[in-house]
Amino acid sequence: MSAENLVQLLYLVSTGLFIMSLKWMSDPETARKGVFSGVAAMALAVAGTLAGVITTGGTHYWWILGAFAIGAGVGYPLAQVPLTAVPQRTALSHAFGGLAAGLVGTGKFFLYYGQKNEAALSPFIVVALVAEILLGFLTFTGSILAAGKLQEVKWIPQRPVTYPMQNVSNLALFVVALGLGIALVMHPLATWAPYAFILIIILSLAFGVLLIIPIGGADMPTVISILNSYAGLSAVAMGFVLNNKLLITAGALDGSSGLILSIIMCKAMNRSFTNVLFGAFGQTPSTTASGEQKSYKADTVESVVQVMEQANLVVIVPGYGMAVAQAQHKVRELYDQLKKRGITVKFAIHPVAGRMPGHMNVLLAEAEIPYEDLVEMDEINGDMPQADVALIIGANDVVNPAARADKGSPIYGMPIINADKARTIYAIKRSKSPGFAGIDNELYFLDKTFMLFGDAKVVVGELARKLTDEGGMH
Amino acid sequence: MNFLESSAATSQTNAHLAANASSGGHGQLDLMGALFVFMLATFIGVMVVQRVSRLLHTPLMSLTNAISAIAVVGAIIVSAGKDYPIYITALGLVAIFCSTTNIVSGFLITDRMLKMFKKREPAGKGAAK
Repeated sequence: MSAENLVQLLYLVSTGLFIMSLKWMSDPETARKGVFSGVAAMALAVAGTLAGVITTGGTHYWWILGAFAIGAGVGYPLAQVPLTAVPQRTALSHAFGGLAAGLVGTGKFFLYYGQKNEAALSPFIVVALVAEILLGFLTFTGSILAAGKLQEVKWIPQRPVTYPMQNVSNLALFVVALGLGIALVMHPLATWAPYAFILIIILSLAFGVLLIIPIGGADMPTVISILNSYAGLSAVAMGFVLNNKLLITAGALDGSSGLILSIIMCKAMNRSFTNVLFGAFGQTPSTTASGEQKSYKADTVESVVQVMEQANLVVIVPGYGMAVAQAQHKVRELYDQLKKRGITVKFAIHPVAGRMPGHMNVLLAEAEIPYEDLVEMDEINGDMPQADVALIIGANDVVNPAARADKGSPIYGMPIINADKARTIYAIKRSKSPGFAGIDNELYFLDKTFMLFGDAKVVVGELARKLTDEGGMH
Repeated sequence: MNFLESSAATSQTNAHLAANASSGGHGQLDLMGALFVFMLATFIGVMVVQRVSRLLHTPLMSLTNAISAIAVVGAIIVSAGKDYPIYITALGLVAIFCSTTNIVSGFLITDRMLKMFKKREPAGKGAAK
């Protein structure tokens, strides 16, 4: 009995530490404390569980130790990936989380079933079990696919895949799974129950795939957040099955975090959850039928440098293109050179810039740009009219003024960074093709906009070098 | 289909383990208690996460990744059961592997990223001419 109390006490402290861990994330100053607190919480959770298992006569300790060791061996290199690969690593780890929950749920069901344990398979427990495996296995395949898309694995289609009756057929499958679940809740010990259970697993695995294939790159921040939430909720369901409050609290913390992030991402794109999940962007009809042939004005590095040197305020708007080109260190050089001349440089960060929430911040922090200069969209927009230069590095839709003005545009209503309010606009772009949504960006055709075509890393590098060379004259 | 066969011997150990993981009974009170905990924890999570700086959303997600690996608790309970059929132990062990991967990589990469967030260095180093 006292061993049981000890376990619960360890769990209680662990829960408190998990909450503090997230609380400390509110400020970059205290954030690292949050990690230590999380590690301590996890250590207590594992210690408590082992203590509980040992005092009640568990076994297989060497095997368990081995699983820990292999897990740590795989986890360590996964933590060393370059920061541009963080979105895929995150998706992969959601996949691991989902799989773990799904496997535990499967194990528990067959255990209780094998024991003909009617008390353990109460309706509520079966509901929780079905929720656990549904969310767990769906998160597993969905995240694997998302990671593959982000890593640009060859055999996974990058473009959204859509087909007729997509939503209807998904819904039909879901109804089948739901029906199986209900049948299982009513007759958990029927001879067909294991088959129904396995069928639900297969359907869940299929759902993960079906939910992710129609989703394009720009929706990834939302989708990753939703998968994050699902991984947490599957842990909650496991907590209900095992009647374990630590699992419920920690899972709920994760679930609500994913939920909040996905709400922020959706707001930043002016889209609803259902729209992201069920309305593939790819099918928007091309509205570029406007007759007049618009043309870009290209500019040279030399003249850009001349204008920049005269500026008081330069706002840099980074996008996924900066991440792809790994240009963040060159951006830092440019930043340094401008700073040297007493020019104020700010970075305007759109919430959905990149492939996951906060992606740009991490890359720029890696390049050692002080975080005070990374400014959120809402804050920077007031300053945009005072900006002498807006330098757009590989961003497109997040600066497209059509979102403000053009009611017919697919991105109409999405909050954007008002780069068009700046006095002069330079845009670094890889190619002349329109952005992800296939929408022309009228920003590029303004009189005050000049284009710099080329790889972001190369172009920014040239800008920085030009400024460095001229630095001697000052 | 041997996994369909019951082994009566296991049900007793299971009662033990269930008792360890929970307070045993599957009565209404437990269920309501669990739901209370879930609701309160969700509110706390929402409140706390809303205050997380937008700067840190990527580290936040990798941190919560590591936290969701709390599933390791369930995985240990399933793996350690005595006289459980071997395939159930195997499922548990794979789950331990998956969770540990997340714990290790999640916490490490979060810390690695957070180390990079630096304040502006005091004037004099880079800023001075």
